[in-house]
Amino acid sequence: MGNMNDVVDLTKSPIGQSLRRREDRRFITGAGNYTDDVTLHGQTYGVFLRSPHAHARIKSIKLDAALKSPGVVDIITGADLAEAKVGGLPCGWLIHSKDGTPMKEPAHPVLAQGKVRHVGDQVALVIAETLLEAKDAAELVEVDYEELTPVIDISAADSIGSAVHDDVADNVCYDWGHGDKAAVDAAFAKAAHVTKLSFVNNRLIPNAIEPRAANASYTRHDESYTLYVANQNPHVERLLMCAFVLGLPESKVRVIAPDVGGGFGSKIFLYAEDVALVWASKRVGRPIKWTAERSESFLTDAHGRDHVSTAELAMDKDGNFLALRVKTIANMGAYLSTFASAVPTILYATLLAGQYKTPAIYAEVKAVFTNTAPVDAYRGAGRPEATYLVERIVEQAAREMKMNPAELRRQNFITTFPYATPVGLTYDVGGYAAHLDKAIKMADVAGYPARKAASAAKGKMRGMGYACYIEACGIAPSNIAGALGARAGLFEAGEVRVHPTGTVTVFTGSHSHGQGHETTFAQVVAARLGIPVENVEIVHGDTGRVPFGMGTYGSRSLAVGGTAIVKAVDKIIAKGKKIAAHLLEAADADIEFENGEFKVAGTDKKVAWGNVSLTAYVPHNFPLDKLEPGLNENAFYDPTNFTYPAGTYICEVEVDPETGKVKIEQFVAVDDFGNIVNPMIVEGQVQGGVAQGLGQAMMEGCTYDVASGQLLTGSFMDYAMPRAVDVPNIQISTTNTPCSHNPLGVKGCGEAGAIGSPPAYMNALTDALGVVDLAMPATPERVWRAANGMPA
Amino acid sequence: MDVSLSLTVNGKAVTKTVDSRTLLVQFLRETLQLTGTHIGCDTAQCGACTVHMNGRAIKSCSMLALQVQGSEITTIEALSKNGELHPMQAAFRECHGLQCGFCTPGMVMSAVQLLADNPKADEAEIREALDGNICRCTGYQNIVKSIQFCQSGKTPTTV
Repeated sequence: MGNMNDVVDLTKSPIGQSLRRREDRRFITGAGNYTDDVTLHGQTYGVFLRSPHAHARIKSIKLDAALKSPGVVDIITGADLAEAKVGGLPCGWLIHSKDGTPMKEPAHPVLAQGKVRHVGDQVALVIAETLLEAKDAAELVEVDYEELTPVIDISAADSIGSAVHDDVADNVCYDWGHGDKAAVDAAFAKAAHVTKLSFVNNRLIPNAIEPRAANASYTRHDESYTLYVANQNPHVERLLMCAFVLGLPESKVRVIAPDVGGGFGSKIFLYAEDVALVWASKRVGRPIKWTAERSESFLTDAHGRDHVSTAELAMDKDGNFLALRVKTIANMGAYLSTFASAVPTILYATLLAGQYKTPAIYAEVKAVFTNTAPVDAYRGAGRPEATYLVERIVEQAAREMKMNPAELRRQNFITTFPYATPVGLTYDVGGYAAHLDKAIKMADVAGYPARKAASAAKGKMRGMGYACYIEACGIAPSNIAGALGARAGLFEAGEVRVHPTGTVTVFTGSHSHGQGHETTFAQVVAARLGIPVENVEIVHGDTGRVPFGMGTYGSRSLAVGGTAIVKAVDKIIAKGKKIAAHLLEAADADIEFENGEFKVAGTDKKVAWGNVSLTAYVPHNFPLDKLEPGLNENAFYDPTNFTYPAGTYICEVEVDPETGKVKIEQFVAVDDFGNIVNPMIVEGQVQGGVAQGLGQAMMEGCTYDVASGQLLTGSFMDYAMPRAVDVPNIQISTTNTPCSHNPLGVKGCGEAGAIGSPPAYMNALTDALGVVDLAMPATPERVWRAANGMPA
Repeated sequence: MDVSLSLTVNGKAVTKTVDSRTLLVQFLRETLQLTGTHIGCDTAQCGACTVHMNGRAIKSCSMLALQVQGSEITTIEALSKNGELHPMQAAFRECHGLQCGFCTPGMVMSAVQLLADNPKADEAEIREALDGNICRCTGYQNIVKSIQFCQSGKTPTTV
């Protein structure tokens, strides 16, 4: 692909060019406007008193001393919310168990009602004139707890005899099955070879560098609320809060997600703090700001992954895949977060075909409640877990069959499209051999044996691993999602407002929290209208300005949100042609639009973009009898299929058996994202995604103490985040099979890096060490033990 | 306990009364509304709060405001002069060294210090020197590239 070293040429279409980001100026000069930067007139500060216990009954809460503390404005507890009949937080996706019963949906209270269920569970909201005064007062709240046995180990959750929720005695949320079990059993019965592996997909803490924050206010002027919140989808936040929790009309609630400092999934969800602040802002009649300390983020942001699985792959004697059987236990944490139930099911089992024509697949997933923070979508959400399992077992199968891992994959690749997998998806396009071949060339696989020998001569262990991932992005066709249990639509909305002078403001329901939409979306609109990029302004993140939106997650922004904008632009062009036809005294059908000019086909008669836009708003010479003035169009777009980005990643490592230290010698990423609007931004997404995936594989691991339920990795000093010395430069390239069902031909690129890199790294590491498996994170201690034949 | 504090911030003399427990970063953000300096953690690990004190990069979350009595503090807001970006700021934009932008002010302030200390730092030294700044978005590759671009003295594209 082109890259940022290419010269940007503005005489050509901006599509495909590495325009530098327009949003950067404010970020590099300290002029960003994040939620905590917003301070309102009469501002008060909120602090959440949180449970120190993983599992306990609340016997009493005494507020007397705290209420007398200097500067205290109010203190809210669960009793206040119960009296006001404030509902619990909803879950957005209904999953049914194999026996047809709906998943268990225990109450998810905004503030604790009689019980706390994880360390950090919110018990009271203390509001004061200053943050320090709120903290001082919170220290004086007396809560009497009766500790209960915590449920931490997911493998024992259904047998431990302690219930996270009194109404779910066995802690099982659902026991779900997907695929054709009989066909899988039959295929295994005739298999020549079966490869089996067990996996732990380690629990992760998202750690966007901007902590969650919210600032809620109420005005008596029109009895309305405004919530500033660090969030990826402000309309969804508003919908869930209004319709399911507070019973407010959406017309009275404005949600603004201004600059947001990273999300990675963790800012999709409706959190209890947001609701508590909105409700309390009316009671106290003043704005209340709360910003999580990093320690609170560790304890209360929705975590990611946390699966325990076994997988079996059946093959014939030649290595053709016959069937895949998977059994997974997934941790939901203490409560069902907004999309928690969909992650280990709909976003997981549907991806178990990978890039392969495995004819039969069956997966069983048991989801359990534990006394840990809720678990929900984190970069990739289900798809990394599926890819890790498929790509690890395929690599292991190649080792057992003594076959080349690349060739075993190639032999089983899907090669004809569209292709309906046995797990419910239809891949529209793809070209898997193309990225495999390109990656093999870039990684100089031919020279690998010599490099391995050179490492061995130095006493080092070298290994190489592949991952051929696929993901389903552009989430999602609403009707398909609805049939699978989604309780929301998954379209996107856009509005294109042409101003009289011809400049354009675009309102999008997508939200940028690092992805650069203000640049790429402007490139798309400028290219389609043939006007300069600087004449296009992108507005997002405000329910008061943007018509509607489902937000940004699942690598959907350009494929779904961008398409909505394109549809609105096309309506603008269609209306502009009618205005131009009138001005040029021609038939509507004879007008062509090209490079910002409306022309009469086959003549030199034309009218410029700016003349048409001005005429739309100064309609002196205008077909008012058949056309409304103005040039402003809305569009909603609901995709007809998911998009299917896919790629090949190759990782090569060298292990020092004396220290357990692993050096990544090279990392090659070749992705098929379809068409690309801004190569520089796409490369950045892959680099960041790979770093997060390598973080999971090498160093990140959320750990709770099984006996006490305390979070042992509750700070950046205990939870290892990848730093500059830990991650390598990666070599990036792309191939392109354009998406067949959106007009831009785009697929999405936000999650691929985090999906493909853990199996590539672990395949390389296990190859180097000559072991079947090694648990993630593969810390130096674990590597050293494996290198020296010691038990893990 | 409230105490009086006098110092120079971004070239201007400032005298304010603050609670003695106030951290420097809170003083900058809340009292002076210099919100370009960010808070990303509570254990002095992430570096989002990095500012310059008497010309040296420090983490403003791990100093009380009182400890900088009489000092000169420079924040990200004052790094560009007369509307001209500092070469390090321009380099971060040129090389796509930022995504969400939240770690960026601290990253830029640290990077300026890094090159002041070691103008010819090689890639390994750059990566080592960034140890106190965490970025979750970029994977650091383009941050390193930005600093190298700044070292090169090349002119960034204006597009």
